Formats: sequence, C-alpha cells, structure tokens
Amino acid sequence: MEIKMNLISEDKINSMTSTEKLRFVLDGVKSGDIVVLEGGLTSEEQMKLIELTMTEVDDDFSGIEMSGYPSKKGFLNIRKKTRLTVIGPAKMMHTTKKDKDLISAIISAI
Amino acid sequence: MKSKRRWKSILTLLRRALSFRKGTAKIGIYGPPNAGKTTLTNRIIHTFVDENEDVGTATEVPHETRRAVRRAGVTIDLKAKSLENPNSDLNSESEVKPKRGKAKLKLDVVDTPGLATKIDFHEFMAYGLEEDEAKRRAKEATEGVIEAIKWLDDIDGIVLLMDSTEDPYTQTNIVIIGNMEARGIPIIIAANKVDLVDASPQRIANAFPQHSVIPISALKGENMLDLYEEMARRFR
Ligand SMILES: Nc1nc2c(ncn2[C@@H]2O[C@H](COP(=O)(O)OP(=O)(O)OP(=O)(O)O)[C@@H](O)[C@H]2O)c(=O)[nH]1
Ligand SMILES: [Mg+2]
Repeated sequence: MEIKMNLISEDKINSMTSTEKLRFVLDGVKSGDIVVLEGGLTSEEQMKLIELTMTEVDDDFSGIEMSGYPSKKGFLNIRKKTRLTVIGPAKMMHTTKKDKDLISAIISAI
Repeated sequence: MKSKRRWKSILTLLRRALSFRKGTAKIGIYGPPNAGKTTLTNRIIHTFVDENEDVGTATEVPHETRRAVRRAGVTIDLKAKSLENPNSDLNSESEVKPKRGKAKLKLDVVDTPGLATKIDFHEFMAYGLEEDEAKRRAKEATEGVIEAIKWLDDIDGIVLLMDSTEDPYTQTNIVIIGNMEARGIPIIIAANKVDLVDASPQRIANAFPQHSVIPISALKGENMLDLYEEMARRFR
C-alpha cells in the first residue's frame, strides 16, 4: 500500500533532452510512481507525452493522468515560462479540482 | 536549446503569415471524446454540401471515431439557402449580423478522434461490449488519438469542441490550446450541448478568457450561424 513520489528538480529536467524527459516520466509512471516536475513540461512536450503514452497502453496500463499549471508569459510575452506538472498512472491518480493556481488530486494504491 | 525552439516557432509564424497556403485550408474539429465532433461535422456537411451525407457515426459511446475523416471542399456560405430554412440551422433568435469580410469560404473539414490521456478497455465493457471486442476497440482508440495528434501538423485552423455540461479546464484542453498558440494556428472554441439544462458555456468562457467561445448545440442546430460567421472570419 505504499505510493512512491518522484519530485524532480528543474535543474535535473533541464539537463535532459525532450526524449529523455518523456521516457523518464513514462517509465516512472508505468512502474506506479507519481512524478512531479518542477518547472514542468511545455505544451508540445505534453502532447508528445500523450502520443508516447498511447503507443504503450495495453490491458494493464490504461494511460496517464496529467495536471499542470499553464505556462506564464515571460519577457515581452515571447518567452513562455512553464510551471509545475504532475503525472501519475490513470489507475491511481484522479484530479478532483484544478484551476490556474491550484491542483487537487486523489492518489490511491491499486 | 530553448531559444532555438523559440526561433523555430517564430519562423513558423512568419512562414504561415507570408506563404500562400497549399490548396484549401484544412480545419480540424478537435476535442475530448463525446464532445460532439462528429455531430458537428455531419451538421456542417448537411448544411453546406449534402443533407444525406455523413462523415461518421455519432453515438454516446466514447471513441466512436477512431480514424480522422477529411471532407474536402466544403463551402461555408453564410447566404446559403439552407441557413434560411427555420427548421434546419438558423437559430430563430440570432439575427443575420452585418458580415465582416466575404460571406463565402471554402474549407476541408477534418473530423478527428477524441483526445485522451487514458483509454481503459473496461469502459467499453460498461457499454455492453464483450471483452475481446472492448480490447480491440481500446487499441483502435489509442491509434485514433495518435492520428488526431499527427493531423495537427497539417491543420490550418481548429474548432475545439467542448461539452458545456462538463468541466472545461482539463489538461487535454489546455494542451491542445497551448500547442495551437505555439504554432500560431487560429482556434475557435465551441461550447457544445447548450440545449442541455446543466450546460454552462460561461464556465468555458471563464476558463479560456483569451479565446472566442461560441455556444452552440450541434445536435439541435442552435446558434450555428454564429459559429459559421466566426469560421468565415478566422479561417480565411
Ligand atoms: N444534447 C446534446 N447532445 C449532443 C450534442 N452534440 C452531440 N451530442 C450527443 O453526444 C454524443 C456524442 O456525440 P458524437 O458526435 O459522437 O461525439 P464525438 O465528439 O464525435 O465523439 P468521439 O468520436 O467518440 O470522440 C452523441 O450521443 C450525440 O448525440 C448537442 O449539441 N446536444
Ligand atoms: Mg466522433
């Protein structure tokens, strides 16, 4: 009945390429962990993660639950600053409330 | 790395702004499963092409559409005869407003499979499918999601359809919008199913204040002219 959470620092995320990031997240989630990324994923990376997830859905792995704060407009509205993203196995994680600055999720062991 | 990507997206924006589109604009009807995408696409075809032609089947089972379907050469004509027929599409309350720009626009309309982050075959069994059939459908549904995402690369504009009775602030909706903004692709949000008593198109407008939100009922044909006007304005 234990649930593992991986809280990943922005420095660690920034040291990875997009592909490495997505692989890292999905491997964690598929082994039943809740993955929290400081600084989060861009919308493009999140879309890629959905795509990658879909290639790996099977009878045992039904997919992911993902929640994140929308990115903030940065300097001159050009640079976008992504914020926290949390991803977990769809079977274990259920987002109950979400708005611009608050995410509530229920996490249960399978 | 980050700045390289930024330049790429700026270049994409420039290219889109300067280049003449190859052929007709392709408009994707996107949204979560069961939002009413196929119902809307069929209605567009019925109104502007052929009232007996369907692009696909609309049902209450999610992931009914598992392949994207393109209907080429749909002329959105705001003066179309069928729009004048009170029994078909024109919302009785909505007056014909003065048009901005031309009243005709030729488009390819693409009905896409619903986007989702999870697909559980048990869900299909709850709709009465046998286990084998449910698993096959789940597999096809995952392929459908991938196809919908791949289609984004070829799309010139999207209508993002949401069910007004449901919470619009989902990660998939946010991700679609974020991707379209990054690519500089025009997006219209249609708040569907306003015929239902617990519909709240206002909740959608509040969730995405920077976008135009058009309340419609694709099933009953309410407020369609507002949507067509917005399409004619944004997708040319
Ligand atoms: N009340 C109401 N029901 C609607 C409306 N539009 C669609 N529906 C119903 O919602 C259900 C789903 O409609 P579809 O058009 O199949 O939805 P879809 O988005 O294509 O679904 P997938 O292909 O499974 O992703 C069907 O039962 C439709 O009859 C609407 O405006 N009002
Ligand atoms: Mg459909």
